[in-house]
Amino acid sequence: MSAPTTPAEIGGIGHSVQRKEDARLIEGQGNFLDDIELPNTLHMAILRSPLAHARINGIDSSAASALEGVVAVVTGELMDQHGLAWMPTLSGDTQAVLATDKVRYQGQEVAAVIATDPYIATDALELIEVDYEDLPPVTTPQQSLGEGAALIRDEKEGQTDNLAYTWETGDRGATEAAFAQADRVVTLETHYPRSHPAPLETCGILADVNSVTGQATIYMTSQAPHAHRTLFAMVAGLPEQNIRIVSPDIGGGFGNKVPIYPGYVVATAASLLIGQPVKWVESRTENLISTGFARDYYMKGELAVTDEGRILGLRVNMLSDQGAFYSDAQPSQFKAGLFHVVTGSYDFGAAHIDCKGAFTNKAPGGVAYRCSFRITEASYLIERLVQNAAYEVGIDPAEMRLRNFIQPEQFPYETATGFVYDSGDYPTALRTALDEAGYEDLRREQAEARAEGRLIGIGIAHFTEAVGAGPSRTYDIAGLKMIDSAELRVHPTGKAILKLGVKTQGQGHETTFAQIVAEELGIPATDVKVEHGDTDHTPYGLGTYASRSTPVGGAATAVVSRKLADKAKKIAAHLLEAADEDIELDSGVFSVVGSPDRSVTIQDVALAAYTNLPEGMEYGLEDVTYYDPPNLTYPYGSYIVVVEVDPDTGVWEVQRMVALDDCGVRINPMIVEGQICGGLTEGFAMSAMQWITFDDDGNCIGANFMDYLVPTAWETPRFELLATEVPSPHHPIGAKGVGESATVGSPAAFVNAVIDAVAHLGVRNIDMPVLPDRVWAAIDAAS
Amino acid sequence: MEITVTINESDHAGDVEPRTLLVDHIRRTVGLTGTHIGCDTTSCGACTVLMDGRPVKSCTVLAAQADGAEVTTVEGLKTADGLHPIQSAFTDDHGLQCGFCTPGMMLVGASLIAENPDPSDDEVRWAISGNLCRCTGYMNIVKAIRTAAARTAAAASESNGS
Amino acid sequence: MFPSRFDLIVAETISDAVQAKADAGEGGRFLAGGQSLIPMMKMRVAFPEKLIDINRISGMDAIERSNGHLHVGALVRHADVAASDAAFGAIVAAAPWVADPLVRNRGTMCGSVAHCDPEGDWNSVLLATGADVVARGPGGERPIPIGEFVDGAFTSSLAEDELVVGLRIPVPAGRSGGAYLKLERKIGDYATVAVASHLELDDSGAIAAAGLAMTSVNPINTKVVDAEALMVGQQPSAELFAEAAELAAAAAEPRDDVRGTAAWKRQVVRTYTKRGLAAAAQQAEGS
Repeated sequence: MSAPTTPAEIGGIGHSVQRKEDARLIEGQGNFLDDIELPNTLHMAILRSPLAHARINGIDSSAASALEGVVAVVTGELMDQHGLAWMPTLSGDTQAVLATDKVRYQGQEVAAVIATDPYIATDALELIEVDYEDLPPVTTPQQSLGEGAALIRDEKEGQTDNLAYTWETGDRGATEAAFAQADRVVTLETHYPRSHPAPLETCGILADVNSVTGQATIYMTSQAPHAHRTLFAMVAGLPEQNIRIVSPDIGGGFGNKVPIYPGYVVATAASLLIGQPVKWVESRTENLISTGFARDYYMKGELAVTDEGRILGLRVNMLSDQGAFYSDAQPSQFKAGLFHVVTGSYDFGAAHIDCKGAFTNKAPGGVAYRCSFRITEASYLIERLVQNAAYEVGIDPAEMRLRNFIQPEQFPYETATGFVYDSGDYPTALRTALDEAGYEDLRREQAEARAEGRLIGIGIAHFTEAVGAGPSRTYDIAGLKMIDSAELRVHPTGKAILKLGVKTQGQGHETTFAQIVAEELGIPATDVKVEHGDTDHTPYGLGTYASRSTPVGGAATAVVSRKLADKAKKIAAHLLEAADEDIELDSGVFSVVGSPDRSVTIQDVALAAYTNLPEGMEYGLEDVTYYDPPNLTYPYGSYIVVVEVDPDTGVWEVQRMVALDDCGVRINPMIVEGQICGGLTEGFAMSAMQWITFDDDGNCIGANFMDYLVPTAWETPRFELLATEVPSPHHPIGAKGVGESATVGSPAAFVNAVIDAVAHLGVRNIDMPVLPDRVWAAIDAAS
Repeated sequence: MEITVTINESDHAGDVEPRTLLVDHIRRTVGLTGTHIGCDTTSCGACTVLMDGRPVKSCTVLAAQADGAEVTTVEGLKTADGLHPIQSAFTDDHGLQCGFCTPGMMLVGASLIAENPDPSDDEVRWAISGNLCRCTGYMNIVKAIRTAAARTAAAASESNGS
Repeated sequence: MFPSRFDLIVAETISDAVQAKADAGEGGRFLAGGQSLIPMMKMRVAFPEKLIDINRISGMDAIERSNGHLHVGALVRHADVAASDAAFGAIVAAAPWVADPLVRNRGTMCGSVAHCDPEGDWNSVLLATGADVVARGPGGERPIPIGEFVDGAFTSSLAEDELVVGLRIPVPAGRSGGAYLKLERKIGDYATVAVASHLELDDSGAIAAAGLAMTSVNPINTKVVDAEALMVGQQPSAELFAEAAELAAAAAEPRDDVRGTAAWKRQVVRTYTKRGLAAAAQQAEGS
């Protein structure tokens, strides 16, 4: 790792600076959504459908309305009168806000109670009577697209079946040619199960609409406050300048807080109609049953390989379960997100990806759960396939990867599906991780254990992510180009304020982004206050998800800092009576080239910016940058997991987890490692226990933390972290983004480890979550 | 019904409905919002407080049951001497990210250290296994609790020695 | 999520509590630790009209041995059991695996027993060790053998106006050992499968008394009577325990569900019975 270039007291890039946000959080002084109190606040509770598919014949809310403390009961009918019974989704579909015609999934919003107290609002829900007429539920995408399935979207003009979308990419002909040349075809059919980001803080809103002035101040758990303001303006028809979104401290997001949910629209409408603030905070059940699920991809991958273990081509057929509405939060040009990064870290010329999505009677979503738009599914598929190909060809899974890696000298490398990977050294990464794990010894121990009847497995995954969306020519959400921004002002005393379009949910932006300014201008990171989340006080941006904060917002911060540095150099030249081009800046000191004793500090320059300027220069030291990235960034890593499987029960335990990440330049290594540990845990969770499933009636199993299993410290493995550092060549500071790498890369490593423990028996697949009964059944079937 | 709960060493008297949950009483009536709510099923521990010294989930205790009890919330960790060692250790070891689980984690950690001055990695993991974190992967939480234990022990031996 | 409205009666004495329950009738429920009841009330699957809080009744918080029994009072929390020197065998083994550490600080062993959740841990332990539940009603106190106490899933043979005031668990006189092996998906989860084992050895090393009971694989916690009978009088051995395990697997009636298939659960019963009995025997031999 490269050493920091600034001294510790400045705390630029490479320093593990302590987090600024901690001070308030460790004293219970955070300001989360539910902590915000406004005078006369009313509380909203939502009545949800108990059924997966049913026609609504009538709603009787008279008893609820009569309950003392109830101010209003809102139904779809009322919302419809204001044109708000339906809203657009981020994938060009529409979604019911409150059901008017029928309910399409268990947990769907049917009515809302506004009351003086949340307890009373909940009481009133029990008094609302809904006359439902059962319709047959459609619970799998296979059933949905098969013969005789009930039409879920009967309200949608022109929709005669349950197909949500189709999408294909790659070169079908070239791929067929590659398969014709293959010695063998390795096939894997697997389901990446439905999951949920489940941040510890659920979603919520406090809508305060002033009916006189029309000013709408909306406190909201939002990962993308600016985009949400624009969407609110579009959906609710409110003038955008009158909407202020404030995203306060956020208790984790992981993609869950990207979409706009029906509850937000209802609470805002209710506040407008009633003229008082309305607060709605989801219960955990509401969070899990109705908001932003992730994954749910049924994937069939085929790999064309030679007997020497060379990959020639890849063919993928994918069917996604979209739930009742197609509402993936993703760039509009890509119907399956960035799933086409499925060629992974390997050099081969041909790939073809065929995708379709089906409506089912399940909650909508398709959010990028700690993932850059469906990359998690893609990374899983290719890493599982490559592992299986190694078994089929009969070479070591590590060797299989080394034989097929894109080589360092091939970068920039254009993949068969059109990504241009910017940089990397995959062989060094994998070899470093293998060495650290003691791979050869592990293989020996595995063989010895097998001789004793014990099952040890060693799993490898080498992932490549495509993050930091993205270049305006390719990436937009709802038409908004995926740029991001930074605005920097240095005050006369040399202290700065940096305002961002991106928004932290725990990633430490207030610290990391201050360090970028510290690096560029030499202002100590502690002297840089970072503001974000308030749309009235920050420049426009698309928000924080898909690991885009550092690649896009971080780049904007570096660029705006450099703009200020340029001006500051001119001021320094004026103060030092030197030529502009003779001034150099190092850690906050401007000096004249060749005369280091002639110098001024950034603090001197800051004061001069308001007091003593060269002729003709505008006062102030302030600027803004909107950064349009030239390319995505491509973090990667090599993960190695060792497990032991109990052959009698199928229970498996992680013995070791070695994780090497290359995310380019690490701004704050401590924070980066924290991100990786968190991501690895979520990857482990998905591989082992964390999923949402449904029974045949469409009842959601996994709608609370007793059924939706989030691992505790006891189950979570210990992680051994490693790093290499190949900077991104096009990013101003060489950083690539890291928040999601570990979630993307690690599930395949865990599953590959379990498969590796039983591969000698002929087992080639166990779907996630790799539950012990599935492992035991696979062993049982194989032996 | 009338209750008096001692929260962070000050008495809070008030009238509550029998069904009021302790967490709502602390957050909404007393106004201490450092205690959080993360689930409905007594699973997550975001609402952890110390009740008569023991960590409990305040979403699963009636406010009326805390009548006469001593409750410590995250706001009560800091004393006139400054931050509790668990608080500074969480910062130093990057034991928090979004901060939502942090109050509960710190209170459990503080309670563990009071009973076990030198907890092992496994003992810490066991102690916090009623508290969920979605951000950190627990590595640095465990580290921070152990750091706080070591610092507490060092401070104790120093004051014993002097 | 919030409970619906109810009246709260804070009982100061056992007789007050029993009287309040008799007065309340069907709408009344006792509140001890509340770690099962309050979540059910928040989910609005339980909505008692009157809650009778017994937490302030003095003299029910001891766990101690006397007259050849371990006595556990109605206000002894799971954490108190885990920390107790008086507990033994399968009780010691099970206590740390009940719920999670915070729930154990509040939830009571007796409350959990009275709840009769077939996925609850304690009733299997009590079945294996042959305990009595001590109930107090208006007419006085009576011991109810645990096998008679558990009447069905979430139902006991307790009369409407009776309060569980304690447990009475016989302490083995000679060498003994116990185990509680629980397969749970994560901490805080109910058992997918759990097996409680209890063995007492005579001077010759033969099994003098055996207890074996299962959690989560039958409509109620289930004692494997034929396996117990098989083992009594025999020397502990892997073969014997394998035979007992087959009887346990045969007695289990698990169902396919999100936790796993019935066939697999039966296999876990088999495995955990073998392992649990071996651990119990080893502990007994070393005692």
